[in-house]
Amino acid sequence: MTDRFTMDEPQPRLLDETGQGVIGTPMDRPDGPQKVSGTAGYTADHPAPEGMAHGYLVRATIARGKVLKIDREGAMGLEGVLDVITDPRMTRNPAQGMAGEAPVQPADAVHYHGQPIALVVASTFEAARDAAQRLSVEYETEDAAVSPGNTRDTEVDDPETAGDFDAAWDSSEVTVDLNYTTPSHAAAAMEPHAAVAQWNGDAVELRGSLQMVRFNKKELADSLGIDASQVRILSPFVGGGFGSKLGIGPEAVAAAIASQKLGRPVRVVMTRQNVFDMILRRSETAQHVRLGATRDGRITAISHDDRVSNLDEEGFAEPVSQASQFLYGADGLSFTQTVARIAATPAGSVRAPGEAVGMVAFEAAIDELADKLGMDPLDLRLKNLPEKHPMDGRPYSARRLADCLTEGAELFGWDARWEAGSRREGDWLIGMGMSSAARSNVLVKSAARVRLTGDRAIVETDMTDIGTGSYAILNQIAAEMLGLSPDRVEVRLGDSDLPGASGSGGSFGASSAGSATFLAAKKIRAEIARKIGCSEEALTLQKGRARGDNREADLSGLVTEEIVAEAEIEGGKTAESHFSSGFGAHFAEVAVNEWTGEVRVRRMLGVMSMGRILNEKTARSQALGGMIWGIGTALTEDMQSDSRDGHVVTRDLANYHVPSHADVPGDMQVVFLEERDDWANPIQTKGIGELGISGAGAAVINAISHASGHRIYDIPALPDRVISSFGVK
Amino acid sequence: MKTTLTVNGRSHEVDHDTRRTLLDTLRDDLDLPGTKKGCDHGQCGACTVLVNGQRVNSCLCLTAMHDGDEVTTIEGIGSPERLSALQKAFVEKDGYQCGYCTPGQIMSATAMLKEMRDGAPSYVSDDLDAAELSDAEMAERMSGNLCRCSAYPLIREAIAMAAEVEK
Ligand code: FES
Ligand code: FES
Repeated sequence: MTDRFTMDEPQPRLLDETGQGVIGTPMDRPDGPQKVSGTAGYTADHPAPEGMAHGYLVRATIARGKVLKIDREGAMGLEGVLDVITDPRMTRNPAQGMAGEAPVQPADAVHYHGQPIALVVASTFEAARDAAQRLSVEYETEDAAVSPGNTRDTEVDDPETAGDFDAAWDSSEVTVDLNYTTPSHAAAAMEPHAAVAQWNGDAVELRGSLQMVRFNKKELADSLGIDASQVRILSPFVGGGFGSKLGIGPEAVAAAIASQKLGRPVRVVMTRQNVFDMILRRSETAQHVRLGATRDGRITAISHDDRVSNLDEEGFAEPVSQASQFLYGADGLSFTQTVARIAATPAGSVRAPGEAVGMVAFEAAIDELADKLGMDPLDLRLKNLPEKHPMDGRPYSARRLADCLTEGAELFGWDARWEAGSRREGDWLIGMGMSSAARSNVLVKSAARVRLTGDRAIVETDMTDIGTGSYAILNQIAAEMLGLSPDRVEVRLGDSDLPGASGSGGSFGASSAGSATFLAAKKIRAEIARKIGCSEEALTLQKGRARGDNREADLSGLVTEEIVAEAEIEGGKTAESHFSSGFGAHFAEVAVNEWTGEVRVRRMLGVMSMGRILNEKTARSQALGGMIWGIGTALTEDMQSDSRDGHVVTRDLANYHVPSHADVPGDMQVVFLEERDDWANPIQTKGIGELGISGAGAAVINAISHASGHRIYDIPALPDRVISSFGVK
Repeated sequence: MKTTLTVNGRSHEVDHDTRRTLLDTLRDDLDLPGTKKGCDHGQCGACTVLVNGQRVNSCLCLTAMHDGDEVTTIEGIGSPERLSALQKAFVEKDGYQCGYCTPGQIMSATAMLKEMRDGAPSYVSDDLDAAELSDAEMAERMSGNLCRCSAYPLIREAIAMAAEVEK
């Protein structure tokens, strides 16, 4: 029986009482030896099942219209080609995160350049690739707007407001009124999307590279028109996700259809170019930020409007102003979003949707307001931290933003900051910048099962580990709760036959799946307490021994028959009564070349408070990774499309510039401030994976302005933009 | 067509499509999936292996071009039970997250450390005759290996740690 728990009240800090000494420690990942030896089995790594065929996706090369004819016969004449599959069940693009239903299935309609329209299947990869590249396709084309600036199809949302922005703005003594742009971004996980499908009767087993197995199972079933009970998904290792593998992708649906038609296993691995064409991008944004303040630096008016884009029928819109709504207080706040409908690769969640680009603009505007007020940007931020959520009045559950700002400033040496544009080393102008960091925190319904026999435990959930460290932290939670050494705990993930977890997304995975594991283990503790005859409160489990009320026993002797416990958690009243978010502060020092406009990041510091840290090592890695994404956002990442037909121009890793070793300094520091969020969940954690990026790019952008004395409004700060910001000398 | 390769010390004769890359031969014909495909285009370094002791992007190599060559893959560096110093350092420093780029990083770093020992300079070497293993040298020399999880500083800490151990 599954115990159900709803987060209706703040929870006691049991993990601070247990005393096994595993939780929070910088334990090495248990899956590390597999990863470093090449034996971790990602989707396409598994030995090819007998008779496996290879599928290669074919993309549309028009922006909008219809496929009239595909030369199937011509392709079938090529050696090794088994089939050219078009099927009304094939999908236009990946499902949005947590959709739980099929994405759009467009049949022969083409909605964007790059859309998958067919799958060529052959006995070898080479034959499939060759035939796919030669495949001739006839289209009927329609006109369609492909860029957000020239579509007439726009949806303007009602403004989200608090107080009277217009009145506050009109009476502000000092104002800034600024426009920013950010380009589309690609998640570009290193493992391209892959799927291996195999049918057994009317049931399909899919190995896939997926983040949210519980939802993906339903999405695949719905796409294929079968019941979810006929689908099994396996995703034990995922080579990075960052949002791009939240929903079932076209490769998985196509592999399943092909495998069914051909009666043999089929593997479909996207090419890197497919990934850029067909996988959800982060929307480009146009942002309008207006800030008003009194002369002594009290912020009175905040408005952050944006325009993003997406393809028709996609419900997702990059929530650009998310963090702007709760970082600082004002008398009037107003946020309006416009969504432009365009015929282009659809948009979806990419790491920290909203904050990743919204905070770059918003925190740059805060910096510019500080300049105009003649205030230190640190002081302006500190002065304007609101008591309560400015939009809805909820108290913050736990917020150490002020501490992050002040401790960060001290560690970074902020007080040595010089006048903007006044420091140079040879041709290099040197500057320092900072930003607040914020990423709201949620709890998503999650279940887990824990089994204990003697002093060995197994954790089972369909949760995934996409590099985030789930294998480590779920082990640590179970080990801590059951008083076991981590090497006595095994964690099984990424199998849809296991209890359904939140999956990895929105930084809620560790908290949600971790809480479910905690609750299942807690149930086992109750059972052990019963066995030795003490109350649950009196029970201590440490080093494989149970103690309580002067009785004690080794677990190996006590638990001779397996104890199995399953628990499920979901969010409840605390989410309504309190607002939970991770907070932090980013600091960056950059050098800007006066002649080439090149920007080098010299060092960065992130100070973050994000609830209980479950594993100090993997948490640091997540935070660092996010900060480096901030460098990419600020300096290099720039997904460009052709303005005529909307095709993605930067569709490989030579043209879409993710940060490389040489872009990242060795001096990247992360400091966690101790915190417990009792309102968030029973393990007092908050999300980590996205807080690192939120605001990091702004710190770099603000450092550039400080170095040169000139502002950048079109992100990223490419060399030509940096040079032109200098104006005429 | 047929090609003879020595992979991790074992000789194999593979019968392959003329278009086959060394990467696909390793992964699909020889069941050595430790070497990863990130781009199939020479842009990410996930497929890095050693050919006759030198690091190459195996996705850019046609198998047919490597008759008689000696190839070392991540499987030839160490197994989970017997990790090399570099592999151990990656685990200890958390020089990865998803782990997908990791075999390539480790193969590249293995070769890079040898290049350093052999005295090969790089673009950032102050002294072309005596390059020191600094963070800047590592950053420059490892830049062919992308890591989207962005474990870069920790990857370099791991390499520095292993270089210390090997000294
Ligand atoms: S797969 Fe060879 S360089 Fe990317
Ligand atoms: S560890 Fe994920 S790409 Fe490097």
